[in-house]
Amino acid sequence: MIDASLALVAESEFVRPAIDWHAAAPELILLAWGALVTVIDLIWLERSRRFMPSLAGLGFLAALVPVVTLWASDDSVRTMFDGAYVVDKYSLVLKALFLVTGYIIVLISTNYMADGDYYDSEYYQLIAASVLGMLVMTSARDLISIFVAIELVSIPAYLMAAWRKRDLKSNEAGLKYMLMGVFASGILLYGMSLLYGVTGETKLTGIAEQLNSDGRPLLSLAVIFTVIGFGFKVSAVPFHTWAPDTYEGAPTPLTAFLAVASKAAGFVALLSVVLVALPKQSDVVEPLLWILAAVTMTVGNLLAMRQTNIVRMLAYSGVAQAGYMLAPLAVYSIGELNSVAIGGSVASSIVSYLLIYAATNLGAFAVVIAVARKTRSGEIVSYGGLFKYAPGLTVLMTIFLISFAGVPPVGAWLGKLQLFLTVLESQTVAGVVLAVIMAINSVLAAYYYFFIAKQMWFMPVANQDSAPVVIPAPLKLALLLTVALTLAGGLGAFTGIANL
Amino acid sequence: MTEFLDTWGITAMVFVPLLGVALMMAMPKTMEPAIKGVALATSLASAFFGVLLLTNFNYDDSASMQFVQDVSWIEIINTRYNVGIDGISLPLIALTLLVTPLVIIYSWNHIPKPGNAKAFLILMLILHTGMLGTFVAKDLILFFVFFEVVLLPMYFMIGVWGGPQRLYASIKFFLYTLFGSALMLVSFLALYWLTGSESFDIVKLGELVSTSDITHGTQVLLFGGMFMGFGIKVPMFPFHTWLPDAHTQAPTQGSVILAAVLLKLGTYGFIRIALPTLPEAAVTWAPWIGLLAVIGIIYGALGCLAQTDMKRLIAFSSVAHMGYVMLGISTLTDFGINAAIFGMVAHGLITGMLFFIAGSVKERYHTLEIKRLGGLLLQAPRMGWILGFATMASLGLPGLAGFWGEFPAILSAYNPAPGLSTGLFRGYMVVAALGTVLAAGYLLWLLQRTAFGKPSEEFADDPEIVDAVLSEWIAWVPFLILIVVLGFFPGLIFDITDAPSTAIGDMFKVLDK
Repeated sequence: MIDASLALVAESEFVRPAIDWHAAAPELILLAWGALVTVIDLIWLERSRRFMPSLAGLGFLAALVPVVTLWASDDSVRTMFDGAYVVDKYSLVLKALFLVTGYIIVLISTNYMADGDYYDSEYYQLIAASVLGMLVMTSARDLISIFVAIELVSIPAYLMAAWRKRDLKSNEAGLKYMLMGVFASGILLYGMSLLYGVTGETKLTGIAEQLNSDGRPLLSLAVIFTVIGFGFKVSAVPFHTWAPDTYEGAPTPLTAFLAVASKAAGFVALLSVVLVALPKQSDVVEPLLWILAAVTMTVGNLLAMRQTNIVRMLAYSGVAQAGYMLAPLAVYSIGELNSVAIGGSVASSIVSYLLIYAATNLGAFAVVIAVARKTRSGEIVSYGGLFKYAPGLTVLMTIFLISFAGVPPVGAWLGKLQLFLTVLESQTVAGVVLAVIMAINSVLAAYYYFFIAKQMWFMPVANQDSAPVVIPAPLKLALLLTVALTLAGGLGAFTGIANL
Repeated sequence: MTEFLDTWGITAMVFVPLLGVALMMAMPKTMEPAIKGVALATSLASAFFGVLLLTNFNYDDSASMQFVQDVSWIEIINTRYNVGIDGISLPLIALTLLVTPLVIIYSWNHIPKPGNAKAFLILMLILHTGMLGTFVAKDLILFFVFFEVVLLPMYFMIGVWGGPQRLYASIKFFLYTLFGSALMLVSFLALYWLTGSESFDIVKLGELVSTSDITHGTQVLLFGGMFMGFGIKVPMFPFHTWLPDAHTQAPTQGSVILAAVLLKLGTYGFIRIALPTLPEAAVTWAPWIGLLAVIGIIYGALGCLAQTDMKRLIAFSSVAHMGYVMLGISTLTDFGINAAIFGMVAHGLITGMLFFIAGSVKERYHTLEIKRLGGLLLQAPRMGWILGFATMASLGLPGLAGFWGEFPAILSAYNPAPGLSTGLFRGYMVVAALGTVLAAGYLLWLLQRTAFGKPSEEFADDPEIVDAVLSEWIAWVPFLILIVVLGFFPGLIFDITDAPSTAIGDMFKVLDK
């Protein structure tokens, strides 16, 4: 038997599928760079620590070059491996997002890691590995490669969450994150296996062809398991419980990474699967996502109001923001679906929001890291009177908070407007009700965002310590980049590139 | 020159203050006189462009939009940078252009605690841009953006420079208005999809609604969303509760701008957006708006009578006065809308003036408790007389501006638009007329208790209590002059507003047939 199958393998000559090297260049560069960093670390050991952050940062920028050239090239859609790997506008925008995010994470990690005396070379290698998974995720249009990409994103993150190994909270963060992540992967895998079982396909477009609209119970089960699996990754309520503890315990730069990049990667996978593989299953997916979106934004906001620690508050606010981003998916049947390239107003609005949300969130975390360098505290009350001794940081943080709250003309209001537009485009009662829930939630959210603003602007200086905050150069650069991107985003700079 | 005005005039007027903001940000905090100079200069530059626009405005054609600039902005959501001025927005723009420089002059030696003129004036200029932008926007999304831009500076102004309850008042103001505008935005976007419009142009949306097959029920709901946004801003009963807190806690400058211009954003929104785009729903809503308006008139007046704080009393009188404006609007007639716009300007001038006085009284007496005040006419006679003048104007004395805001609004309810119940509106008219009696009551009561009599013992020999100083005179005199001039020549405003108001009024006449 074994001999027979071996003979079969030997007979059929393996033909390497054609590879579009240009299209694969971002991933390959990052892979090569990650390997290079590892080797340099092994050869020079301690001597390499000094320049490791800069070197790692350069890798992300280098990988950005082919993304730009691909964007400029004439072929708008490049497919490889029989349509299992697609490089379209959607994936390019997101690749750029992940690479820039990676770069900013390196910037905000530099002094945090060096001052804390942690193993920093390995940290940057793991960041690169995780971002590599995200790059693959944007192009993956096949259940197996999506799953591999998810694991490549997550496993380095489990390690990094527990990076402050002498701190119990960090250990808790890492363990919790890993257990919940593995559990979610199991659920996701189960859903995927059912999808495969029903259709006999792993390629998303193939699944879409095999599925027809009549709802077999098994198929519904497959869809529900898959969506819930992603629900863990994007920290949708009620699958969010890992997020606040993990965020609080993990090193703060890594928290920013989880809150922005890792969550965005989850959204990318969810979008790809829902839009490409399940265009005809809207009767099952839409109600499910409608409920998830409404519950996620409401519960996230209500819990965020009660937080006293700023990182936990940002965690819950991130949960609420995930709810907003899920909202267009609750009406995703409005667009033309089932094509190779991902596009339409649902994907455009979510991607557009992700871009500004990423800039704002990274900026907010950068401020948190900068302030914590002085106060050594994450409590919101420790921001009291920040305006008096750190007016620059206060203005920056205020800009990020305004962006979070969605008040024009700063930052995320435009993304939120696009989410609203898409939800209302359905012109159904369900869509309008969801939009009203979103509107009310925006007001709830403004309450806790402005609670921080209130501390910074209106309150007396906490602990009577008004020594200025010293901000190291990499952090300064990160703040500058994020605030520029946030402001530009609010004026409509990204709507063009996010128009898929 | 006219070519420049025709294309870039409005943009220059709206955005020049932001240049001042950029310049002031670069200046160190210690250069306070220079910072104040820059703030005043930029607000005057904005006013300069405004005056150029006003003098080149074609007054014979005030019903149509002039100086229109319409360029692409955010293409993907079909939003355009589309601005223009017509007879409805012109008086309000003029009011804004007048108020901001005067408030900056008043700030010259009245920067409230805890100081920091730089931040204070930067917020003031951002506020200025937001207010002007709201009045010139012809695109719903652009309107929404400017409508929201004014929120934040006012939030910080109350929160940083306000009174003892400032934290509560600032967040209440912020959340209330944000709630309204969030629902308003949902209405805007739903309207966009339902009409199948290619743009957010207010006029085009109105035309599309009239030809589309949107059901009446849906239109009523859409109007409801807008009503929440504009009604909270006005503020209408029962959404007025943020106003007394915000007014009382805000610094003087904040109160003046809030009363003079910010409240008008709501009433302006009704006239500019809600009525023209959804006329059929407006007819359904009008009796209810009228009802809330007269409740506001009576409730505001009764509220005034119960106040012990001078500033809070003036704040409640705003609720009553905006009730007259809303009553005028709810009649859906050209007469009522004319009255409403005049009422907006008059209320802006008069109540702005009252808040100025209240601020100066507070600065001298360190209290606004009516019980402890008294004898202002003896201690600071000029200020006392100005207070007397402003209260007379506020209670609607003929010959002063307040009369032309109140009286025609009441009169307009005698003959509401066809389709509205005449009996009901005449009932409203009677109630509103009763409101003027109450207004005379609380205003004279205020005047009597603060200005008349002898100063109480604790303030009798207080050296801090002096009469009006130069910066106050410069800030106040234009208000006083305008209150008289508009009282004698109401045509100055009615001539401008009549044509566009008639256009809106005619819409409702046609509707009934």
